[in-house]
Amino acid sequence: MQYAKPTTAAEAARLLSAASGVTRVLAGGTDVLVQLKAGMVEPDLIVDIKHIPGIRTLQAEAGGFRIGAAVSGAELGEHAALCAAWPGVTEGAQLIGSKQVQGRCSMVGNLCNASPAGDAVPGLVAANATVRVEGPNGTRDVAVHAIPASPGKTTLQKGEIITSIFLPARAPRSSDAYLRFIPRSEMDIAVASAGVNLTLDAAGTITAARVALGAVAPTVLLVDACAKAIIGTKLDATALAALEKAASAACKPIDDKRGTIEFRTKVAGVLARRAAVIAYGRAGGKL
Amino acid sequence: MMDTLETKRKFRQVGTRPIRPDGIDKVKGRALYGADVTAPGMLVGRILRSPHAHAEIVAIDTSAAEALSGVKAVVTGRDLVAQKDDFFRDIQENCLATTKALYDGHAVAAVAAVDASTARAALKLIKVTYKQLPHVTDVDAAMTPGAPIVQGGRALETVPKGMSANVTNQVEFGHGNLDAGFKQADLVVSRSFTTAAAHQGYIEPHACLAQMNADGKADLWCCTQGHYFVRTTCALLLGMEASQLRVTASEIGGGFGGKTVVFIEPVALALSRKAGRPVKIVMTRDEVFKATGPTVVTSMDVRIGMKKDGRITAGEAILRYSGGAFPTGTVEMGASAAFAAYDLAAVHTLGWNVLTNRPKEAAYRAPGAPQAIYAVESVIDELCQKLNLDPLDTRLKNAARKGTLSSYGPTFDDIGLVATLEAAKKHPHYKAPLGKNQGRGLSAGFWFNFGGNTSVSMTINTDGTVSVAEGNPDIGGSRASISLMAAEELGIPYDKVRTIIADTASLGYNENTDGSRVTFAVGMATIHAARAAIAKMCARAAAIWGIDPEAVEWVDGAAVPAGPNAGKFPPMTLAEIAAVANNTGGPIAGHEEFTADGAGVSFGVHLCDVEVDPETGYTTVLRYTVFQDAGKAVHPAYVEGQMQGGAVQGIGWALNEEYIYGADGRLQNAGFLDYRVPVASDLPNIDTVILEIPNPGHPYGVRGVGETPIVPPLAALSNAVSHAIGLRMSSLPMSPPRILAALSHKG
Repeated sequence: MQYAKPTTAAEAARLLSAASGVTRVLAGGTDVLVQLKAGMVEPDLIVDIKHIPGIRTLQAEAGGFRIGAAVSGAELGEHAALCAAWPGVTEGAQLIGSKQVQGRCSMVGNLCNASPAGDAVPGLVAANATVRVEGPNGTRDVAVHAIPASPGKTTLQKGEIITSIFLPARAPRSSDAYLRFIPRSEMDIAVASAGVNLTLDAAGTITAARVALGAVAPTVLLVDACAKAIIGTKLDATALAALEKAASAACKPIDDKRGTIEFRTKVAGVLARRAAVIAYGRAGGKL
Repeated sequence: MMDTLETKRKFRQVGTRPIRPDGIDKVKGRALYGADVTAPGMLVGRILRSPHAHAEIVAIDTSAAEALSGVKAVVTGRDLVAQKDDFFRDIQENCLATTKALYDGHAVAAVAAVDASTARAALKLIKVTYKQLPHVTDVDAAMTPGAPIVQGGRALETVPKGMSANVTNQVEFGHGNLDAGFKQADLVVSRSFTTAAAHQGYIEPHACLAQMNADGKADLWCCTQGHYFVRTTCALLLGMEASQLRVTASEIGGGFGGKTVVFIEPVALALSRKAGRPVKIVMTRDEVFKATGPTVVTSMDVRIGMKKDGRITAGEAILRYSGGAFPTGTVEMGASAAFAAYDLAAVHTLGWNVLTNRPKEAAYRAPGAPQAIYAVESVIDELCQKLNLDPLDTRLKNAARKGTLSSYGPTFDDIGLVATLEAAKKHPHYKAPLGKNQGRGLSAGFWFNFGGNTSVSMTINTDGTVSVAEGNPDIGGSRASISLMAAEELGIPYDKVRTIIADTASLGYNENTDGSRVTFAVGMATIHAARAAIAKMCARAAAIWGIDPEAVEWVDGAAVPAGPNAGKFPPMTLAEIAAVANNTGGPIAGHEEFTADGAGVSFGVHLCDVEVDPETGYTTVLRYTVFQDAGKAVHPAYVEGQMQGGAVQGIGWALNEEYIYGADGRLQNAGFLDYRVPVASDLPNIDTVILEIPNPGHPYGVRGVGETPIVPPLAALSNAVSHAIGLRMSSLPMSPPRILAALSHKG
């Protein structure tokens, strides 16, 4: 097993492109090191990207935020401006693992692990966030929603790494929320989850909405029908019921040790409704 | 041997809360646990396990693994001595299978290599030819005709002809006329229940270091609840004499019954013998879940009849327990304990143990009792609900007392159930208001407790300090409790006593740290050892004073002349006698080797409030109070710790913990992520109320307290959830998908 510590994204891409065996990208290591220890993966090459300039930087950009790929959950949680603008995104990221894991884990790692249950992903999809991908063929910006391909697989090409996430500028009266269901109170994997991102007009009517669901399909779902159910409403009871119904209808979950199809379908609707209420309140809406 | 209670004793040390002697080392990370021992030239041992739930082992080819550079030994089941006795043969087969793999994770071979990666690579080179067989993991399915037979020919004579060969024993308890009892009832409730297998969930995985020398002498260091039992078993499986194997117990990071068994120790010894070097084996968490003891999995039917005034007229329980792929007797405990809390004219329990393709069950706090009592206490709760009776008053009305003929045979002496129920009734928790979607549940619980073979040695050092050597690994703070009892009896300060856990060569046989026996039995042995030392110290003082030894008595840590006729001498303290001991007859010690009888049974009552989210089935435990009879709480903080710990483990078992098997018979959740023990933030503070109804069988009145507290939580939670959702739950765990499914089917 080889371990490499490149100091530029181009060098990381070169190493990964040239490798012949199993490769893993290491940022916080909260997935990779666990998999290594459990014998789930035996990589021939590990590329540690933490020494690439900017990879651990969180800064304002074009009215939004650019978040380096190795910025930890704890660092996100301590960034007041980011938490104020994107409370749903940051609360999702901060639900990953334990206090100790928060010191290491990153949203990009959570995205690239490509679990349908990743807690950082629905919030980012609802936020319409993009990622910057650097690889052998240069740099491209891609919607977060387009990264997961199937459980454990991403759409990234050989040699490509994600170096940062971009969260766009906020319209006035916008906010978001993320809720997940776990059988415990912390340190668990989402059985179903929902991220809701809303913009209101001055009267409290929803003018824009994105609703994403986690752990109810092979990849995180962006559900247009949920958005349609609440755009143009003040999130009254009818709108909430329609949202819940649309969310449940969109679910394509599996039965497994963590939950049943029946359970995930019902609870995803409940979480979408509850997250929408929270986001609406945060955006200044009054119910 | 049974002692009599000193009813008038005024305690000076017992009942106080000094800091535990092992605390600082544990907090600072210096304590040596099973995996912390090393030896020069040590090899890494690893075990190859069956990926199949049930398979014939056709052949094992180890040649490629043996040829790998860095591999120093490979062993299979043939390297252990075939046992004739069923009990030890089952252990042998569980340590390394010879002919059949009986569950996913069953050990089939092992390697010792110079490092972990070589050992892992070697495991992949061992070629096992399996012939897969049909499997069964469900207890009810295993009893049906035509079910795959896990092991044939294992049924005891108690099993009626015509039952599945998977049924290995049948037990029955009870008295009175059941039919007449049910006829007298105003209401009879029958209900069926299931509980999942739960793992003990200790933080420390099994670990050991074995060193066998060319002359056949061996040393073994391991984390265990009983190193004498480890010695007995390993000596048999390795064909050694007991004197040639010295076993030393490490500090232990939890056991809860799951470390009263042997898994890796004989394998490490066999590898060390073959390699000629020390071998260390440390289980991974995955191995702990797959191959070490969970509880039985159960299916049960309970029928209870009650008069309108709350008097129980008859009770019946039918228990189907599976302790995995090997016969176990745990169902006998369940059938004995099921109705033990009640004074019943007509009661009958019937139980079967059933083989399934699951790992061999190991004890878990009060093994077998929580499940049966969950079923009984659920039905009593339902009867109270339907007859509009107060559940505490109803239990008081039926409670077993001194003189009650218990449901399992013996007649009770002084017991604490009524006092415990009354304490719960008086407590503000019982009357506290509840909100929407909230419910309150309660349950009584019971455990037998145990004494058993015990050996303790005590040395009076010349500087006035005292060393106590005992042979039971300290799980719950017993070194502190033993030191307290030694200090109490000798009349010296607690910090003048140090208690250590001696190895198997240093003391007579000690039974495992189980059955809630250590504070009771080792405590009693320590008191006896102290009395023997006191007699010697009185004799030394008598010799110095020139009076009869009978004319000297021990008062407040000093020898004094007994009465005015004995003569006038100033008291000689323990330190003063010890200081001159080497000139007055030599070292002074006391010891005791005995079988401790008279372990008093222990009752507990738990009160629990929950809130259930009707849209997700998520249960929040809002408030929890444990009431328990400790006889005499030697170190109250550790008694409270046992009460809280048992409650927490029971809460986990009731709400989320379960072994989940796939259709392929393989364990789906062999890790703490998906085997969900509660985390701290899941729990309220567990409040405790200690009752002290002295055990007549112990000089200080001590009863074991370690197991009873895991008995009531299952029913307390189930009753609370059932009240909160307005629906009777009858299957554990009550995970959110199960609660939501029950609610949606209710409509």
